[in-house]
Amino acid sequence: MDIFLQFDLPSILLGSLAALACGLLGNFLVLRKQALMGDAISHVVLPGIVIGFLFTHETSSWAMMLGAGGAAIFAVLLIELIRRIGNVEPGAAMGVVFTTMFAAGVVILEQTGTAGVHLDVEHALYGNLESAIWLDAYSLSDLWNWQVLMTLPESIKQLFVVNMLVIVFIVLFFKELKISSFDPLLSASLGFSPKWLGLSLIVMVAIAAVAAFTAVGSILVIAMFICPAATARMLTDNLKAQLFISGIASLSAGLFGYLLAAFGPGLLGYEFSVSAAGMIAVVAGLQQVLAMLFAPHYGVVMRRRRQRAHASV
Amino acid sequence: MHDRSSSGLHLLHDTDTSKTVSPQDLPFTVQGMTVAYHHKPVLWGVSYSAPKGCLTAIIGPNGAGKSTFLKAALGLIPKLSGDTKVFGAPIEKSLKRIAYVPQRSAVDWDFPATAIDVVLMGLYGQIGWFRWPSRKHRQKAMDCLKSVGMQDFANRQIGQLSGGQQQRVFLARALAQDSEVYLMDEPFAGVDAATEKAIVAVLRQLVADGKTVLVVHHDLETVRDYYSHILLLNGQHVADGPVETTFTAENLQKAYGGRLASTQLDGLSEASSA
Amino acid sequence: MEQFFAALTLSAGYNTALVCIGAALLGAASGAIGVFVLLRKRTLISDAVSHATLPGVALAFIIAQVYFDSGRSLPVLLFGAALSAGLGVLAVDWIKTHTRLTEDAAIGTVLSTFFAVGMVLLTIIQSMSIAGQAGLEGFLLGATSGMLKSEALTIAVAAALVGLAVVLRMKEFSLLCFDESFAAACGYNVRWLDRTLLLLLLGIVVIGLKTVGLVLIIALAIIPPVAARFWTDRVPVLVAIAAGIGASGSYIGAALSASAPNMPTGGLIVLVLFSFFVVSLLISPVRGILAAALKHYRFQRIVHLRQGLLAIAHDEPVLEPLTRSILRRGGFMGGDGQPTVKGQSEARLIERDQKLWNLYREMHPEESHALADWSLKPIGEVLPADTVRVLEQELSPHVVRGDETSRGGAA
Repeated sequence: MDIFLQFDLPSILLGSLAALACGLLGNFLVLRKQALMGDAISHVVLPGIVIGFLFTHETSSWAMMLGAGGAAIFAVLLIELIRRIGNVEPGAAMGVVFTTMFAAGVVILEQTGTAGVHLDVEHALYGNLESAIWLDAYSLSDLWNWQVLMTLPESIKQLFVVNMLVIVFIVLFFKELKISSFDPLLSASLGFSPKWLGLSLIVMVAIAAVAAFTAVGSILVIAMFICPAATARMLTDNLKAQLFISGIASLSAGLFGYLLAAFGPGLLGYEFSVSAAGMIAVVAGLQQVLAMLFAPHYGVVMRRRRQRAHASV
Repeated sequence: MHDRSSSGLHLLHDTDTSKTVSPQDLPFTVQGMTVAYHHKPVLWGVSYSAPKGCLTAIIGPNGAGKSTFLKAALGLIPKLSGDTKVFGAPIEKSLKRIAYVPQRSAVDWDFPATAIDVVLMGLYGQIGWFRWPSRKHRQKAMDCLKSVGMQDFANRQIGQLSGGQQQRVFLARALAQDSEVYLMDEPFAGVDAATEKAIVAVLRQLVADGKTVLVVHHDLETVRDYYSHILLLNGQHVADGPVETTFTAENLQKAYGGRLASTQLDGLSEASSA
Repeated sequence: MEQFFAALTLSAGYNTALVCIGAALLGAASGAIGVFVLLRKRTLISDAVSHATLPGVALAFIIAQVYFDSGRSLPVLLFGAALSAGLGVLAVDWIKTHTRLTEDAAIGTVLSTFFAVGMVLLTIIQSMSIAGQAGLEGFLLGATSGMLKSEALTIAVAAALVGLAVVLRMKEFSLLCFDESFAAACGYNVRWLDRTLLLLLLGIVVIGLKTVGLVLIIALAIIPPVAARFWTDRVPVLVAIAAGIGASGSYIGAALSASAPNMPTGGLIVLVLFSFFVVSLLISPVRGILAAALKHYRFQRIVHLRQGLLAIAHDEPVLEPLTRSILRRGGFMGGDGQPTVKGQSEARLIERDQKLWNLYREMHPEESHALADWSLKPIGEVLPADTVRVLEQELSPHVVRGDETSRGGAA
């Protein structure tokens, strides 16, 4: 039991919380047809993180968070600028900005010799889920013991705070996010500026991305921004239900992804271990495939069946 | 008879009596509106003042800038020159007194929202930041749905409604906004006959309640039946005024040029003499 | 620095020269293909393509290693990459057409899920503890240092072939991007053409994996065309410029990385390309922002001047501050806001011009809508003299109407 508490539980918590923060926000990205903004943001935060790190020389610090948030805002403004004044198609503008900023991050990383010491690009891409350990936990009752809980790894506590922030953000701005996603014109005319709401959404996305980034790596952050929301989108037409389902999907991806990575190969009789972060994203993707195929109303299988029934009538 | 590039002074006078009215009584006034896409003028110095409490059709050929006129007047797209006043105040400060109904194609109908959700959005301005809609608001939204005959579809996802039903939901949302000026962009586009009737009834009700309504309209045949006033656009202001005096073959010829067959013109002007 | 110039002048050794030339060919080919992907508005699909190569690379490595003991063979790895990337493209298409999800969500799903599968496979490879796996990491961010001669040669030849294919298919691709339905009407199989385009893109991504790395390879297909777009509106020229930018950017980037072996080649190439983009954005006389701002300023001036003069002609007050200042600077309006004599006469000229324009719009609505200069320039400068004469004749019987107007305006 204590092995589970000390080694598995922290990783599960880390993965699930990272997934949840991104998964909830992802709903609005998907609805705004900005799914790839999650992709872009998780790339552009790299230079921000590196610079934040250069200032403090501490991983998982709030300075890195700040740097990432700044980088995200900078990227969004740059994309807008290129799109507007350069008359460049949005997808292309996004592509130019995020590849360049990521490249800049990589080069700064190597240039300053930070690479290999504390931060490296592979980690940025893959994350480091397995590094989370909670040595003070010995029994289940420790889960209710405040003092022991406080000894949870810093990254988990940080993600917990970020999750709270995300949930408060969504509850507080639910109505505003909804209207500005559905009908920006009406939203603007009622005084809910879609521009500012969009920007604050992106800032939240950046915060979630950075918090999740150190745990699961940048590419998996993208998976968590898109897959749970897309899964939920296949299953419901109600925004609140969609948020709820995407939350469940995120948590279950975090849980089962980790379990599969930690125990799957052993059960199959293999020796090797696999990346837990990768497995979480794979599970998230599989959930989405299942939803796309078998969703009761919008699933491909059901739709085919309905069409056939229709044709035979 | 105004020249069509004329802009300005006559706006400040009541068209019928030449009696001066104060700007605070003019619900919706646009001065010298010029809009260009890719350095090509789409609207050229359009000035117009909507008659208060009237139902006005904005008509003109394709590419005449009818939708552009509404969007630019509302400040939704950039303009080169011109400004809009709502009851004498700048538009930016009076957005809440205006309800705008965009073209149906302007939104994503696959969005996870039900008919009543969309109508509720019209009330968001009254609800204010951070607060969630209360039961009172739901009741009001339901009433608006009822007035367009859509109460049975309140909990239907909007993508599963027909085009006409979607348009009615949009209309119900505008009603919920409870504004003084209504700007509608082609509400009749692609709707069935029943919906068309329902929309007309709602428009009349709005006018009866003293609202000012401007509608971008395509079908010249129905202008005479539905509206009391028209604004004719063709990149420029061609003419505006009561249907009886303004919806004439001569003005239509000016706005549509060679695009309107002479037989069509005859038909419409015959109706005008009848 | 010395080493950089040596690499730049191809005198830093045979291998380095080969790598630089290979990178340049790669940049040229990807710039050319990128033009059509950009015009097709499918830029970000390349993101899905590049990330979807990872599981293929990893799987090919495992299979080649376990069964043939030759995991590091570049052609085998690239073949695997191409297969899984192709699968990724098909998956994007399938999600887009068969579910309610939009293309952006489809791309995001495919790129992240495929990449995750690749990562899982990579960790399996790591724990398999096979020799020679170190090379795989180079696929992420690109590494040209230590590249074998045969590898560099493969890349150069393959890139040249793809570039050639793009040039040969240029006419069809242009048609596809310009007007899909017209292309179909001309008897081209649009679906197949689209597939070919994506196949060539896929080819570029796969070839570039080793040099630029999968995270940044898409920049090679995005930045050069976007930068080239500022310089021209013609497709063949666009292709040429994009290829040129791609080639020189990649060449310089590769040379830089040859002089600083620790620096990731992909990152350097992208930064060089971005600097080309910024220069194009700023200074291109065709669509650059300085040129555009100047054009907009002039256009605004023309419109405001004309409208101000028309207002003077109609005896209306000029309210817009910008219009007033333009009129004043032109000497058409005095400091008191009253029109000057010069202003009065110019206003009459413009008024007549406007009437001719209006008449033209009434008589030839279609042509006047198509005309970019409608009522912006004096009519005599735009339309042929005989057309203007017809308009003037048409207008003269209506001179009376002019009086009516001034009365209407002052009423």
